[in-house]
Amino acid sequence: MSIQHKSYLFSKGLDSYFEGIYNAYQFTIRFFKEVFQPPFHFREIVNQCYEVGLKSLALISLTGFIVGIVFTKQSRPSLEDFGAASWLPSLIGIAIVKALGPLVTALICAGKVGSSIGAELGSMKVTEQIEAMEVSAINPFKYLTVTRVIATTITIPILALYCSFVGLFGSYLNVHASESTSLVNFYQEGFKTITFLDIFSSIVKSIVFGFTIGIIGCYKGFHATKGTFGVGKAANEAVVLAMFLVFLEEIVIVQLANWIRFY
Amino acid sequence: MKEQNKLNTKQESEPVIYIKGLYKSFGELDVLKGVDFTLLEGENIAVLGKSGSGKSVLIKIIAGLLKADQGEVSVLGKRVDQINNKDLDALRLHIGFSFQNSALYDSMSVFQNLAFPLTMNTKHLTSKEIDMAVDEALDAVGLKDKRNQMPADLSGGQRKRIGIARTLILKPKIMLYDEPTSGLDPITSAEINQLILDVQKQYNTSSVIITHDLTCAKHTSNKIAMLLDGKFLQIGQFDEVFASKETQIASFYNYNFIQ
Repeated sequence: MSIQHKSYLFSKGLDSYFEGIYNAYQFTIRFFKEVFQPPFHFREIVNQCYEVGLKSLALISLTGFIVGIVFTKQSRPSLEDFGAASWLPSLIGIAIVKALGPLVTALICAGKVGSSIGAELGSMKVTEQIEAMEVSAINPFKYLTVTRVIATTITIPILALYCSFVGLFGSYLNVHASESTSLVNFYQEGFKTITFLDIFSSIVKSIVFGFTIGIIGCYKGFHATKGTFGVGKAANEAVVLAMFLVFLEEIVIVQLANWIRFY
Repeated sequence: MKEQNKLNTKQESEPVIYIKGLYKSFGELDVLKGVDFTLLEGENIAVLGKSGSGKSVLIKIIAGLLKADQGEVSVLGKRVDQINNKDLDALRLHIGFSFQNSALYDSMSVFQNLAFPLTMNTKHLTSKEIDMAVDEALDAVGLKDKRNQMPADLSGGQRKRIGIARTLILKPKIMLYDEPTSGLDPITSAEINQLILDVQKQYNTSSVIITHDLTCAKHTSNKIAMLLDGKFLQIGQFDEVFASKETQIASFYNYNFIQ
């Protein structure tokens, strides 16, 4: 392969990369334009909340519970070495409510919900179902994207809070197995060092994660091409990109929250 | 067969679709290179051409799914190339589009597929009225008993019929058929051909039928338009077009085994 050909391919790749970013930006702007315009498909939003929320509940419960147990098991020996075992509920509370609950929920939803949205819309795109909506005078962006993004933005923060509570419960069971403590006492200790800003930033973070997962899944699905291969690619890219952005947003929001706390 | 060929064409009718100097390219590929075409009220026109000749692109431009690079496209007196989204949606209520692969919504039952465009576009209908409209459309395609089935449970021919029924529910004035008989056996194809004629008669529609099936074109249309190299090479009645000495038209005819 000649140098000219390599540089041609490189510039073509770079072009399509920036074109992709621009298209994603336009897609997001379109969401904000259309979300406040009627018709509001409330029934479809409720239906999508059920799909995203209720159907992820079992997986979130199991993962949150295991995270609580494992984190407690791993932290206890180190705290005991320093004679600080009584700090365990506070440590677990901070770790789960501030970081692990929203992050674990977002990662699970990026995998489960993001891929399912990407694959569903991708297959609708390649089988012309989206065009069929358009020719029936139905706005597919409004019906498919706006409803799904609203659903993920509403349900993922609720799931994150639920995940935190289940995680703390898992932690409590682990603590309770070795020492006698009541559930109420454990939760009180757990929330002692958590401020309103911590919970607020955790909820804001989950809202941003939910929006990201929904919009990336829909964007990838809407831009799927090349048949069944394209559908698989859309689902895969939706998961990878959503997870990457979730981590990026986690860093930015934590930094912002620390900055607000400092001032 | 004579019964099948009784096409419902009005005398001195108005043009419902008017296209002048239409150009469309995808990157460096020029697909349509100056298409001129008129469809009169009550007329069925079959657009014939090889795969990749731009037949489907043409009807997608008519339905406003694709934007033309250049040229005038008028549907029911409205310029599709200049219209805003709101007016385009209003116009689309009069256009029925039957997709090549039916494009039925997989997650919905047959009833929901048909009721969906109706419920999304009309606010005042009661559920009983929607029920009746769905039954009427299913009756028109002879599949009333498939009401509660899922698209995955239907055969290819049945899916095509349900796809047509879904467009009929909005009582369109123009029907656009994209390869209505592709992938079907000869008997089912003949049934679909008859259905196209029945729809024209019952709903008083004008139709553009995209096909490379000469049998379909001959039985369902008043006129044939040969789309080759991005332009209409000839438009006229079936026998008139295929009496042409033009090599590409003659070879298209010979390969269809109906001589």
